[in-house]
Amino acid sequence: MPNPSAPRHNGKQLDPEVRKHNFEEVAQIFTKEEAMAEADRCLHCKNAHCQANCPVGVQIPDFIALLKEGKVGEAASKIMETSLLPAICGRVCPQEKHCEGNCILKDRFGSVNIGMLERYTADTARKEGLLKAPKTAAPTGKKVACIGSGPSSIAAAAELARAGHEVTVFEALHAFGGVLRYGIPSFRLPREVIDHEIETVKSMGVKFVTDVLIGATEKVADLLKQFDAVYVGSGAGLPTMTGIPGENAVGVYSANEFLTRVNLMQAYKFPETDTPIQVGKHVAVLGGGNSAMDAARCAMRLGPDSVTIAYRRSAAEMPARAAEVEHAKEEGVQFEYLVTPKEVLMDDKGRVTGLKCTRNQLGEPDERGRRRPVEIPGSEFVMPVDTIIVAIGQKPNPIIAKTTPELKTTERGVLALDEEGKTTLPGVYAGGDIIRGGATVLLAMKDGIEAARRINAYLKEGK
Amino acid sequence: MEENTILVKENLSDVVVKFVIYKPLVAASAKAGQFVILRGREGGERVPVTLVDWDKEKGTITIIIQAIGKSTSMFNSFKQGEKFLNIAGPLGTPVEIKNYGTVAVVGGGVGIAEVYPIARAFKEAGNRVIAVLGARTKSLLILEDEMKALCDKTVSTTDDGSYGMKGMVTDAIQKLHDEGEKINAGFIIGPIPMMKFTSRLMDKLGMEPHASLNPIMLDGTGMCGCCRVTVEGKVRFACVDGPMFPSKTIDFDELIRRTSEYRPQEAESLKLYEKDHVCKCGLH
Ligand SMILES: Cc1cc2nc3c(=O)[nH]c(=O)nc-3n(C[C@H](O)[C@H](O)[C@H](O)COP(=O)(O)OP(=O)(O)OC[C@H]3O[C@@H](n4cnc5c(N)ncnc54)[C@H](O)[C@@H]3O)c2cc1C
Ligand SMILES: Cc1cc2nc3c(=O)[nH]c(=O)nc-3n(C[C@H](O)[C@H](O)[C@H](O)COP(=O)(O)OP(=O)(O)OC[C@H]3O[C@@H](n4cnc5c(N)ncnc54)[C@H](O)[C@@H]3O)c2cc1C
Ligand code: SF4
Ligand code: SF4
Ligand code: FES
Ligand SMILES: [Mg+2]
Repeated sequence: MPNPSAPRHNGKQLDPEVRKHNFEEVAQIFTKEEAMAEADRCLHCKNAHCQANCPVGVQIPDFIALLKEGKVGEAASKIMETSLLPAICGRVCPQEKHCEGNCILKDRFGSVNIGMLERYTADTARKEGLLKAPKTAAPTGKKVACIGSGPSSIAAAAELARAGHEVTVFEALHAFGGVLRYGIPSFRLPREVIDHEIETVKSMGVKFVTDVLIGATEKVADLLKQFDAVYVGSGAGLPTMTGIPGENAVGVYSANEFLTRVNLMQAYKFPETDTPIQVGKHVAVLGGGNSAMDAARCAMRLGPDSVTIAYRRSAAEMPARAAEVEHAKEEGVQFEYLVTPKEVLMDDKGRVTGLKCTRNQLGEPDERGRRRPVEIPGSEFVMPVDTIIVAIGQKPNPIIAKTTPELKTTERGVLALDEEGKTTLPGVYAGGDIIRGGATVLLAMKDGIEAARRINAYLKEGK
Repeated sequence: MEENTILVKENLSDVVVKFVIYKPLVAASAKAGQFVILRGREGGERVPVTLVDWDKEKGTITIIIQAIGKSTSMFNSFKQGEKFLNIAGPLGTPVEIKNYGTVAVVGGGVGIAEVYPIARAFKEAGNRVIAVLGARTKSLLILEDEMKALCDKTVSTTDDGSYGMKGMVTDAIQKLHDEGEKINAGFIIGPIPMMKFTSRLMDKLGMEPHASLNPIMLDGTGMCGCCRVTVEGKVRFACVDGPMFPSKTIDFDELIRRTSEYRPQEAESLKLYEKDHVCKCGLH
């Protein structure tokens, strides 16, 4: 009999005092006992709300049932019927907004810890050699190119390979994974996990190529000569800066730069690695999303005296994943809410010496229902910091649109799609952050899978 | 043939090396003013280097590297037949090539190599091209023969007077002007102070200066913003908007500050490399 009233298991975490000095994974995998006990809490609902609210429709009650029967490999395969990156989603999904936020047990006993179970299943199946890549259909003879190797392209590539097409993924950087690799730190998502998930997709016959910037190395038009269809999953890799005076001072990083140095280039291992990074004594991080949390927690691990997140609105409006905010606080990251940066102060060598800010109060709700910050007159103050990381959002990199005149964009700079999810250039599909302008791993994957299905139909019709 | 393989290595001076590398996709679309990003080893940094030449038929690119720190020293120790780990490109916006009349290309040090393809493109577009080359001393003055063969006039200067005109490229430009040479546009590549003073002088003499900026770069694709520079009061990303910009109003002082950000780490890294390098090859 299920035991829903048992307390929710959250697993163990590394001690904050220890982990804030290393890049090891914070959340430890469930023990077998924890996994079994947590699986036991699930009621295997008929019309499972959890599943209905997973963007890719992971068959949650079924995989948990298989897990409970001790069939780890089959449980993993069940998840992989709809999500090819189970070890990643289990770690980075904002579960509180998707599956767990809609578990029937949420209000009475606390949701089933679906994320941790998913991760346990994927990691354990991998370790025991039970993780099987999905079967691929007989070769169709059709070729598809995917631009970018973030979660969106990976999901599209896997789905296309499953249908029997020959797929090549082109990545501009020297490593695969997109934001998973250059943005999300190893203490949330160990590098081996990304490597393994990509290996799985490679084992389905997908070819991965580094160092190809589409729009520069080759154009979309060149790809259309070699491939029957193209999927654009190039993400939202253009940093938004504040535009306040002094932003080019030495010691001001965009979150993209800071995180790329730390995560992609592994600057935290310098001089063993060759890419340098510098944090001073006091670090300010501007923003309240996942990038801000990741930047703050990475900065913390480089040993400054203080790290402060300065956010324009209040705690309630912060878009970051709840677990990350919690973890950041445990690690000693401080939060200044309702603060707007006005000017970067610098010394005569152009190095940051402070950040001039004003305080806000919350005003009328904006178009998304979040209350707008309104400046309090005369509230100016200076944060005495020597390093500033700007993490206020990303926009799509314009390079593909600029070099492909047939591809139309909206005024937000994202690629325009019709109702059927097609771009304005026949044979070219798109998804993930390039059409959403910054969303989540799961939504990016969902777009990739859906676009792949449309490409399948397009290639079948032979249009 | 495997991509990224070094087909030819040639030492142009003690510290400057020319590589011809097999990289067909880059060779096929390279244009004057563009660059590649190189990585030499696992854990290695991403280093921007200008495309000096390319051969579509053979699928090769030519780069010229001056060893100044760890990464460039490591690159220059690579032998013929070895491979760079990663080469991405061609990156950056090509220089807009049109007929200005008379164009001066101004190269300082390894900048002479970097400005060479630009000189060639302007020549092919029908310009009269004058090369003004500068180096600290004779042994660092590279590609003079190639420039002479290409350009309508070539003036070489060395700081110490060991070759050509004693002085700096600005002295040579002033002299050209005084001799009645009418220059319509200038394209300058070299150390930042040299680009700053040359831009000022050319502006003053009505020569429409441009400079190729060399901020610290990371991805080279417009993703990180680490290469931001201030041109005409606006923030631009040199890796995608440049690296060549009209240089009347570039904030060169900001560029100097930003390129000095990691000096202590760079010194440490080079020291460790040199220590290791001596041990490994046993020749020093
Ligand atoms: C720091 C940070 C933390 C985040 N944390 C979370 C989280 O915890 N949970 C969550 O759900 N979401 C999170 N997100 C959001 C999530 O990562 C993104 O929504 C998701 O990665 C988008 O996937 P994508 O495949 O569309 O693009 P990306 O992951 O951005 O991948 C795009 C890839 O395409 C490459 N590329 C770009 N242009 C070209 C080109 N012209 N040619 C070839 N290659 C190209 C890029 O180099 C990149 O590798 C986070 C985002 C950031 C920045
Ligand atoms: C667009 C562009 C084209 C270039 N073309 C050439 C070329 O054709 N030949 C050549 O020899 N050099 C070229 N450079 C300069 C070359 O990138 C640097 O000399 C190299 O990065 C130094 O690396 P290092 O580890 O050997 O030296 P370090 O000791 O690490 O650095 C020495 C100095 O080089 C600069 N530098 C360091 N890291 C970077 C980086 N990631 N990006 C840019 N500059 C950096 C800094 O000013 C630093 O103080 C170019 C730079 C740019 C931006
Ligand atoms: S993929 Fe994400 S939303 Fe879906 S079940 Fe897994 S953790 Fe929940
Ligand atoms: S809603 Fe909760 S209890 Fe029901 S199937 Fe989903 S996880 Fe299990
Ligand atoms: S080097 Fe990263 S944006 Fe230019
Ligand atoms: Mg270096």
